[in-house]
Parts: sequence; C-alpha cells; structure tokens
Amino acid sequence: MTTTTSSASASTGALRSAAHGLGIFSIALGLTELLAPRALARMTGMQGRETLLRAYGLREIVTGVGLLASPDPRPWIWGRVAGDALDLSTLALGAGERPGMAPHRDAALWMTTAVGVVDIACALLPDRNRKAGASVDYSDRIGMPRSPEQMRGAARDFEVPRDMRPPEALRAYATS
Amino acid sequence: MKALCWHGKKDIRYDTVPDPKIEEPRDAIVKMTSCAICGSDLHLFGGFIPGMESGDIMGHEFMGEVVEVGKDNKKLKVGDRVVVPFTICCGECEQCKRGNWSVCERSNRNKKLADTMFGHSPAGLFGYTHLTGGYAGGQAEYIRVPFADVAPVKIPDGLTDEQVLFLGDIFPTGWQAAVQCDIQPDDTVAVWGAGPVGQFAMRSALLLGAKQVIAIDRVPERLSMAKAGGAIPINFDDESVLDRLKELTGGKGPEKCIDSVGMEAHATRSLDSMYDRVKQSVMLENDRPHVLREMIYVCRPAGTLSIPGVYSGLVDKIPLGALMNKGLTVRTGQTHVNRWTDDLLKRIEDGQIDPSFVITHTVALEDGPGMYETFRDKKDGCIKVVLKP
Repeated sequence: MTTTTSSASASTGALRSAAHGLGIFSIALGLTELLAPRALARMTGMQGRETLLRAYGLREIVTGVGLLASPDPRPWIWGRVAGDALDLSTLALGAGERPGMAPHRDAALWMTTAVGVVDIACALLPDRNRKAGASVDYSDRIGMPRSPEQMRGAARDFEVPRDMRPPEALRAYATS
Repeated sequence: MKALCWHGKKDIRYDTVPDPKIEEPRDAIVKMTSCAICGSDLHLFGGFIPGMESGDIMGHEFMGEVVEVGKDNKKLKVGDRVVVPFTICCGECEQCKRGNWSVCERSNRNKKLADTMFGHSPAGLFGYTHLTGGYAGGQAEYIRVPFADVAPVKIPDGLTDEQVLFLGDIFPTGWQAAVQCDIQPDDTVAVWGAGPVGQFAMRSALLLGAKQVIAIDRVPERLSMAKAGGAIPINFDDESVLDRLKELTGGKGPEKCIDSVGMEAHATRSLDSMYDRVKQSVMLENDRPHVLREMIYVCRPAGTLSIPGVYSGLVDKIPLGALMNKGLTVRTGQTHVNRWTDDLLKRIEDGQIDPSFVITHTVALEDGPGMYETFRDKKDGCIKVVLKP
C-alpha cells in the first residue's frame, strides 16, 4: 500500500544543508574573531577595534549554534544577514583610516558582501517540508486482530529467557 | 544485477554490479522478492557511521527465493522461500551456541578492525560497513548469504512477503527491546521514537502485558500509528515529556524505558540537544544521546532501560550519577534475531500480529535512492519503505 499525503515537520533538505554549512562557517569565523582578533584586525584594516571584533565573534558563535541546533534555521540565517549588514557598516565607517589600510578594507568589504549574498540566497531557499497538507492519519493501523485493549497480554505465555531477566530476588516490580 | 549502492554521504545510486557467487560450501544465493529500507540505513545515508566504501551494496532487511546452495548446505534447497536475519551467524562458536547470535565470534571478516574499535568484535552484518564485515547488502536483485545453513528462516506457504519480511530485523528488534524489559503487568513502558522499531516495541510491550505503553515522538502520523497500537502519544514539540510522564505514572516515572531512536535524536528545544548538534557537526562527538539522557532522568528508580536504537561511538554528558544512584538496569545490543524468529513466525501465523501494518510505501528497487530522502525527511507520511527488485 502506498500513501502519498504530505506532512509538515522539521525543516530539511537544501535549507537544512545550507544551515549546516553556514553554522560551521559561523562558528569557525566566530572562534577566529574571538581568539585571534589582532591578526584579523590587521587583515581588515580594523586595528584598535579588537574588542569589537571579539564581540562580533561571540555573535557569530551564537548564530552558528542556532543554525546547527534549531529545528527551523531560517530565522537564524536571516540573523546572519543582519550580522552581515552590521559588519559592512562597521567596515565602511571605521576601517581603513590608517595609511595604507584602504586596500585591506576594500577586500574585507567585498568578501563580506559576497558572504551576505550567499546568506540571502540560503535564506530564500524553499523549505520542502513546509508544503501545505495535513499529516496522514494511521489510526486504522492496529496491526493486531482485535483492539489493543483486547490484545493486551495476549503474549503473556512467552517466557523471558533467563539471561534477559534479573534474578528473582532483584526483580524490582514483580508484584503481580 | 541491479542494486542500491552507497557512494558517499547522501549519495545512493541504482547501479549495475556483478552477480554474487557461491564462495563457501555453506553459502546460498537468494533471489530477492522484497527488501526494505531500515532506519539504521539512514545513519549510513547521512554519513554518521564510518567504514563504508564507495560501491557498497546497501540493505539488511530482505527475503526471497533460494536459487543456489553450496555443497555443504544441508538446510536449504533451491526453491525455498526464506527471510534472512540481518546478523550473520556461524552457529558453531560459543556465542552462537548460547543464542547470542548478534555477537557471533566468527562471522565478521574484519574482526581485527572491530576488535580495535569495540574491544571485541560483534557479528558480521549485511550491508552495514566494513567494520562489520563489509558484506554486500540486500537492496539488490540477488545476494550471497554466508553460513546460510544457520540463520535463514524458511517461510511456509500462505503468508505474504509483507507479513514476514520484518522477521529479519525490525520485528524481532522491537520484540527483544520489550522482552529484555522483563515486562510485568503493573509496568508502564515508555518508548522514545515511533518509527518502525518503536512501533513494534510498543505492540510487543502491549502483547507482553504492560499496563500502559507510552509513545514519544513529534511526527503526527507516527504518533497516530502508535495510538492505533494502544500507546498513549506524547508529542515532544507540543508538551513536556517530563511533565506528561509524571502525570501518567502518578509522579513515579515509567518502570521500563525503550530508546528506539539512537544516535540521531532530533533537535528539540533542550540545551543538551543543541550541544549535541554542534558537537556532532564539528566531529567532536559521534552520536546525539538526548534520548538516553532523558530516559535515565525520567525512569523510575530500579527500572530498566532497553536500547535497541543504534549508537556508533562516543557520546558525552551522560548522567552516570543518576544511572548508578537510581539503580537502573541497562540492556542493549544488536538483535539476536534467531532467538525470536520461530516464536514470532508462529504468532504471525496464528494472527496475533500482522507486521504489514507498518508499511507506508512500496516502490520498485530503482526508485530506492529517492525513497531514502523521503524516509529520512519523513515526507508523505513515510514510516516504512518496502522495495521490490
């Protein structure tokens, strides 16, 4: 027999795969920002803002955990998009002030923009499991010839093998 | 012949592969009439269990007709209709003689590898990684069955494939999960996971006389099937498992708890689930043992935890203090299928249970790759897929 009604459950498929990848990326980036802010600040023209980078690192880690753990990752992906906007603003307004740092800032801006585009594309992925449709009703799938109440204990004739039951003296609830 | 082959994470293909041949005198070749996708195949599909190689044939739930037998095989003859248990057993080692079929000491061809991983090797399994022998699986047109004079179960005429196919794994697995709980008439049995094994565990617990059976899941159709089998459903997305179990047991907790979920417990709103997801994603933990933790916490002191769900390796944050101080008994293991097959076959023949209730999808073998996704995503009300070669 084949049943073909659709059901809604957790998000899966492409959206879940994307969330998984973004989650790992977020945690990796967050750890880098948290543990190596000076090196990252040099690369992006953000010297003197290491504390801010650490804070952004924490944000990335929280987002990453949310992406990996949430049954519905889409809000967390949009959270990443908002984070990208914040990163872009920070870079545009504050980085590259030191002489010779402008190329570093520009590279960071382009990279963040590219990541933002990927994030938006992921956030717009269709969720295959969120199609309309009621869950299937299997309330007739008893699997036994009579009602469960009538079948209760029908196999009491079965003797549990000795190695699968505790010694009589240790039987906790053998009251009947 | 045609077969479903593993080629990597989320990559199952309908391939042409060489036909199997008799390799040992006790072998048999079986032509498949029905096979199935098991929940534990999804662990391989998802890449959660190591030891698969590209081109490995999937599947360990299958049945069919014997088309060739080795010269020393005195049990089977050409034309016999058989269900083949997923565990491969020699029938001669100390463990087989004790009925501990799933830990046969001789059937794992890669015993050294498994010894290193587990300390001592379990039995060889069909279609389930090179850690357990690297044997070709049953999602194929034909299969070579080693030690075929031991485990295969002859099926009498008059029973359909759908009634008996699950004797090879999920029915005995659910049955053993309940049996090793040593169910008493006053017991409440809580079953985590209303997938196929969970469904059989629930019905087994009911047939064995449990006062109350409780099903814990979040997929409405699975809970509706559980309810049909006499279980009280708890949807963990909608209500607190802890509160509901207390309510249903007068605050004492279930005496017997069955984990038919295993290593891929789905994310819930609990902190430990999120922790597991993150750790598993970055390969710092093999399994997500949320159910195990919850069972230890809710089980009534002096109760029993039965674990048919598959775990692969290392887990952490297991509340061993609660386990020890509450005096819980833990029983687990791959199923000793042949311990139960004669009895369960008789119960099917007697009409006490019809295992076909769990089948929701029947498709051609070539449609198998797509059905892996459907089954994994629990789409279209999918609970159990049967494939027809």
